[in-house]
Amino acid sequence: MTPLIVLSCYLALLLGLGILSSRSFRGTSKDYFVASHSIGPFLLLMSVFGTTMTAFALVGSTGKAFERGIGVYGLMASISGLIHAAVFFLIGMRLWVFGKKYGYVTQIQYFRARFESSRIGYLLFPILVLLVIPYLLIGIIGAGKTLLPVTAGAFPAWFPNPATPQWSGGIPVWLTGLVICGVVLTYVFMGGSRGAAWANTFQTLVFMVMGIVAFVLIAKNLGGLQNASKVTIKVTEEGQVVQPYRWDNAQKQLVENNPPKVIGKLVFEGEKPVSGTYSPDPLLSRTVTEVELNAKNPKTGEITSFRREYGIPAWMFATYLFIPLSVGMFPHLFQHWLTAKSARAFKLTVIAHPLCILVVWVPCVLIGIWATGILPPLDPSKVSAVLGQVVKSIIESPVLSGFLTAGVLAAIMSSLDSQFLCLGTMFTNDIVLHRKAKGAYSDKQIIFIARIFIVVIVALTYLVSLVAPQNVFDLAVWCFSGFGALFPLIFAALYWKRATKAGAYACIFAALASWFYYFKMSGYGKEMVLGPGIMPVAVCFVISSLALVIVSLLTSPPSENTLRKFFPDR
Amino acid sequence: MKQGIHWTVWVGTLLLIALHQDVWFWDDHQTMIFGILPVGLAYHAAFSIVAALWWGAVMVVAWPHHLEAMAEEDTNNP
Repeated sequence: MTPLIVLSCYLALLLGLGILSSRSFRGTSKDYFVASHSIGPFLLLMSVFGTTMTAFALVGSTGKAFERGIGVYGLMASISGLIHAAVFFLIGMRLWVFGKKYGYVTQIQYFRARFESSRIGYLLFPILVLLVIPYLLIGIIGAGKTLLPVTAGAFPAWFPNPATPQWSGGIPVWLTGLVICGVVLTYVFMGGSRGAAWANTFQTLVFMVMGIVAFVLIAKNLGGLQNASKVTIKVTEEGQVVQPYRWDNAQKQLVENNPPKVIGKLVFEGEKPVSGTYSPDPLLSRTVTEVELNAKNPKTGEITSFRREYGIPAWMFATYLFIPLSVGMFPHLFQHWLTAKSARAFKLTVIAHPLCILVVWVPCVLIGIWATGILPPLDPSKVSAVLGQVVKSIIESPVLSGFLTAGVLAAIMSSLDSQFLCLGTMFTNDIVLHRKAKGAYSDKQIIFIARIFIVVIVALTYLVSLVAPQNVFDLAVWCFSGFGALFPLIFAALYWKRATKAGAYACIFAALASWFYYFKMSGYGKEMVLGPGIMPVAVCFVISSLALVIVSLLTSPPSENTLRKFFPDR
Repeated sequence: MKQGIHWTVWVGTLLLIALHQDVWFWDDHQTMIFGILPVGLAYHAAFSIVAALWWGAVMVVAWPHHLEAMAEEDTNNP
């Protein structure tokens, strides 16, 4: 019950902040959509960082490190720090200039003007919406899954939950989704983009602080950082995967396993490991080490085996850099950029973004690798529970559990709000208002339309979340891949005068076709790499770039008027 | 009005992308920095700090003043 009280207080505080932000609302559509370009450097940094980091930042990073080891930081975090900052500076700031100068509030408005085509908006609109929706579902379902085990036992009579008896009495996923959607809807409905920026700032601070607090307490209880770093699993010369230590619940301390506990073995092909080589400390390097682990079913006691690949394949590491390029095409991030007060407001965001990633990810990656020595082997569908399980068994504080869960929900909601707002903004501006003459609707009517759309989108997304497959998390990387495949479009629009309307269409169709080809090949959303570990997004990126360049060169360049407007230096 | 980004920004960023591929620490599972951080993780943590310093330097040396000026021009013609 204690975690639930902490969480309720947190959500009430968030609602209060939403109401407070609505007092600064100036009543204009420009204020509702882009906060009248009034957001300063700190709020911009926090809202942009909060938007780009989902629940994955805390829960997923720990789980992935548990699965693959320290290489996860280089694979997903350090490269994102560099690439995201580059995109904010090279793409975001430039789009802010055009948005402010020509009054754009959506990406599609910019593309329509740059490529002299109204229809390109109708082509892009469903693609962008379809890529954002799974991202929204990940947040809503993720929030429910996070809260269920934390609140287990709170209401056994109301929520008996016979399917998962260990979580009987916990708040069910559908109810958490409903509450989360209600809270986010309230502050977005009332405060628009300013409400989202304020709430994001608060929530980003909450999840950054909670990550650090969890790290410090876990490290302290494990006997300090040096002691904690010894607990990760090892591979012996005989090819056994062992846990050298265990967490003793009675003594509340680490105890050496003598002899080390065997939890699996290397997978061999003849006399050689199937991965070609192996690391004796498979979590502490990026050497690929293929193992077979044994897991005990808590209900039946049956032992089952599954394979795991520790380390990171070299090609995967090299081609993963195309994933963070996706932020250049996020419609919700475009809207956040547009809220900036000035070009100078971007400076802090560009510089501090890699440091914010460092602060959140390094502690989570370390907790993930330490957890391998404390928790039993978990199959991939359960690794998102690693952080919660470590906190529960090592810290045993319901108050901290509540705060940490609030941190995870904060990370989720700080992305959800921007996505809901951006979909409402796109429907209003790119579809409803696009064909209407300027002044056809008053500002009050435009805000009313946007709010209605936001309510409808939240309601529809919530309903879809009730029937969506629960393994929707696998779709995340496919969403990013789709946006990443479209990155050449925004880059060429901004930096290549010769990029034409036909080239833009070719780029979109090529990105769509190649993405769908691999998406289908993966079994509609499962994890997939090509050949030695190449990420499909790398191939989609090359194909869409080639289509854009070849077709642009074969067609007439944009008009003088457009070139003067977007390339004033010529 | 020149609108381009200075070539050093592109070259520096590409150089950092190349440095991200730290094959030299790929298999090192023994070296622990300060006794707590595996070297493969410490390198990438340091990489994040270098990335922040790099963008800090870009903000100082290659700040696009022309973009600021363009945004301030009083035109609103979507």
